[in-house]
Amino acid sequence: MLTKRIVPCLDIKDGRTVKGVNFVDLRDAGDPVALGRQYAEMGADELVFLDISATQEKRRTMHDMVLKVAEQVNIPFTVGGGISTVEDVDDLLHCGADKVSINSSAVKRPELINELSEKFGSQCVVVAIDAKEINGEWFVHLAGGTIPTEIKLFEWAKEVEERGAGEILFTSMNHDGTKSGFANEALARLSELVNIPIIASGGAGTVQHFVDTFKDGKADAALAASVFHFGEIPILDLKKELKQQGIPVRL
Amino acid sequence: MDLKIVNYGAGNIKSIQFAFQRLGYNAVLTNDPNALIKADKVIFPGVGEASSAMAKLRESGLDTIIPELKQPVLGICLGMQLMCKHTEEGDTKGLGIFDADVKRFSNQVKVPQMGWNIVRNLKSDLFKGINEGDYMYLVHSYYAETCEEAIATTDYEIEYASALENDNFFGVQFHPEKSSKVGERLLQNFLEL
Repeated sequence: MLTKRIVPCLDIKDGRTVKGVNFVDLRDAGDPVALGRQYAEMGADELVFLDISATQEKRRTMHDMVLKVAEQVNIPFTVGGGISTVEDVDDLLHCGADKVSINSSAVKRPELINELSEKFGSQCVVVAIDAKEINGEWFVHLAGGTIPTEIKLFEWAKEVEERGAGEILFTSMNHDGTKSGFANEALARLSELVNIPIIASGGAGTVQHFVDTFKDGKADAALAASVFHFGEIPILDLKKELKQQGIPVRL
Repeated sequence: MDLKIVNYGAGNIKSIQFAFQRLGYNAVLTNDPNALIKADKVIFPGVGEASSAMAKLRESGLDTIIPELKQPVLGICLGMQLMCKHTEEGDTKGLGIFDADVKRFSNQVKVPQMGWNIVRNLKSDLFKGINEGDYMYLVHSYYAETCEEAIATTDYEIEYASALENDNFFGVQFHPEKSSKVGERLLQNFLEL
């Protein structure tokens, strides 16, 4: 049976992890490669590296990082942040990234999704969608959730699937950072609407939140950052508990 | 060991090279038929769309070279699918090394299948030290039907062949290079065949 995936997300700036990480004795907790390896050994199913560097120049550092991760980590990983052209993706895949995640650039120019899936295959195209529920309706937001748009979440999700996205990474801005659980109602609706995998993001605080997002939110994977980085939820314990509660996981 | 990866412009080859590097081997990319014929072991990778991948193989004449190889050959993902008789993807005739047809998952399940799934009914030395029920990482929309040449099966909507073997030819639907320690064991096994 296909298992549900647990995906730690690392924010990267200038080739270093940004938010503090404090879950193991790592000499250098800012080294994304060492962290990635550690997570792989702890049972993470996939990794996401999100580049928040501001300039193109700094992005070259990202290429070096991706190469090193590919060299040393034996599980799949996705790279996101600032990707806006076919060439960007070509570079990252050549460095060994398994998938890329695009967000604002897809909203600004939706054809990019078609171009990427035709050139590289849907399997490596993750479309990240940040959305916020306003008066009962979900609207897509840009630039890390800071810029609202008129685009409706469910319409956009359907469109990205039709354009060839292989997966959707959905972050609820209402839940992100709250540690009060994932946006399971919206997630379940998304999962029924489209026929590609959905990664739930935003709101993880407890083990039960993961259980709920797989059961009620019908998510295929769940992404989180701080609960993993600070050792609040050890991945192995999480997966054991998920299994206990009847959710298929790789142990 | 002279380990070669068939280079026909398909997919994430870096990951495969790095996986062998972690095992202490240098896998070299080539599209030179002579280099492939002389190699001790050949990896036939593939990510992307079947009909355009087959077209690339034909352009370089590799479609006739690969089925004639005598040493152990390992097809990975689309590589394995192209070694089958036919695939529904782009209605493409394959290399015919495996007596299996490749079909698309129905929309009863999410397509692509993406993630970790179990391999079982393991039959070959390729799976030495790997247990029934171990997990491999898969990303695919098309699958090979179970057949006599199946050396592993996986369940997603139906039971399908997740690995195939015919003489010196092996194919795996999953990505051993991305399947943690279990995948590394399989690659090691392949090198020891």
